[in-house]
Amino acid sequence: MDKQVKIYSTPACPYCIRAKQFLKDSNIQFEDTDVSSNQQAAEEMIQKSGQMGVPVLDIDGEIIVGFDKERIKQALGL
Amino acid sequence: MYDLIIIGAGPAGITASVYAARKRMGLLVITRDIGGQTAWSGDIENYTGYQFITGSELAAKFEEHMRKYNIPVKENEEATEVKKVGNIIFVKTDKSEYQAKSVIIASGKKSRELGVPGEKEFKNRGLTYCATCDGPLFSAKDVAVIGGGNSALDATIQLMKIAKRIYVINNTSLLYGDSIMRDEVSKSKIVTVLNNSRVTAILGDKFVQGIKIERDKKEETLAVQGVFVEIGLIPNSDLAKGIEKNERGEIKINSHNETDIAGVFAAGDVTDVAEKQIIIAAGEGAKACLEAFRYLIQHKF
Repeated sequence: MDKQVKIYSTPACPYCIRAKQFLKDSNIQFEDTDVSSNQQAAEEMIQKSGQMGVPVLDIDGEIIVGFDKERIKQALGL
Repeated sequence: MYDLIIIGAGPAGITASVYAARKRMGLLVITRDIGGQTAWSGDIENYTGYQFITGSELAAKFEEHMRKYNIPVKENEEATEVKKVGNIIFVKTDKSEYQAKSVIIASGKKSRELGVPGEKEFKNRGLTYCATCDGPLFSAKDVAVIGGGNSALDATIQLMKIAKRIYVINNTSLLYGDSIMRDEVSKSKIVTVLNNSRVTAILGDKFVQGIKIERDKKEETLAVQGVFVEIGLIPNSDLAKGIEKNERGEIKINSHNETDIAGVFAAGDVTDVAEKQIIIAAGEGAKACLEAFRYLIQHKF
């Protein structure tokens, strides 16, 4: 079963770009939500992570703040 | 033991690593992130060969170039100390310890912190050092930008399209950034510039709710949900404990990128090199690697 992967990002943040590139390189399907143009998604991200920094990844309900490659790998079982 | 350990993977560290790989030196790169400040830069129009490229794209090009040589990189690892004992240079990190015959410190610069109560607690809870990244989260909110130079003005101009109200907290008597940016800021109806003002605390509960400032010797509290700290950069030179630095904390080097410890070289923004530019850091990285190579040939270990 593929895991549900969602990333909350803004267009210009380098760690968002790196995190998305990492997911692409690992052939992981993900939903990218630009919180700069979607206020509701921004609130949802703050609610889930308890903080306002991007990126935030939601991997099957596990919330990872920042581009933490090791934790992302672990959560994805890579 | 490695021939060469490079600390940092911004333009200086990556260029040094490419040169070192091509000389087949036994190499390790230790770095907290890839791309350094380049990755955080906006539009770049002065890096030769690219008439226009964004910071994150140029950083990706640098990384691609480094990866082509299969250079071993310890990412997310921070060097905390460089020490020479006899002929061996020990590099201590937050995770491990390594030994090398030569070292290049290319650890760059980072945002200067305010050093006031509440700053650490509210980091990413309303307080940020990257307006480009986090600015969009403050749509229709009241925010404060701390600083009066170009980076503070740049942050203010970005936020003018997003926030409801912006206070600029500047500790000098006038803003000192470029006049073209000062004009743009002063024309905005949502910006209030408070000169001769200093932040003394960040206030809040779970997230930022306000800041305490001292203005004309009087304390005031401003209700804001966002705080953007833009008060310049400081060198990441804490690791260079026994190495000579200047009054700004930059590692002193000569024209051969040598520090005052033989075998320890430095390159880029962490040094006292006259100008801080991506292309200069890259060139300095190349120089430092060639000097380290020469050092290894001259000293048979």
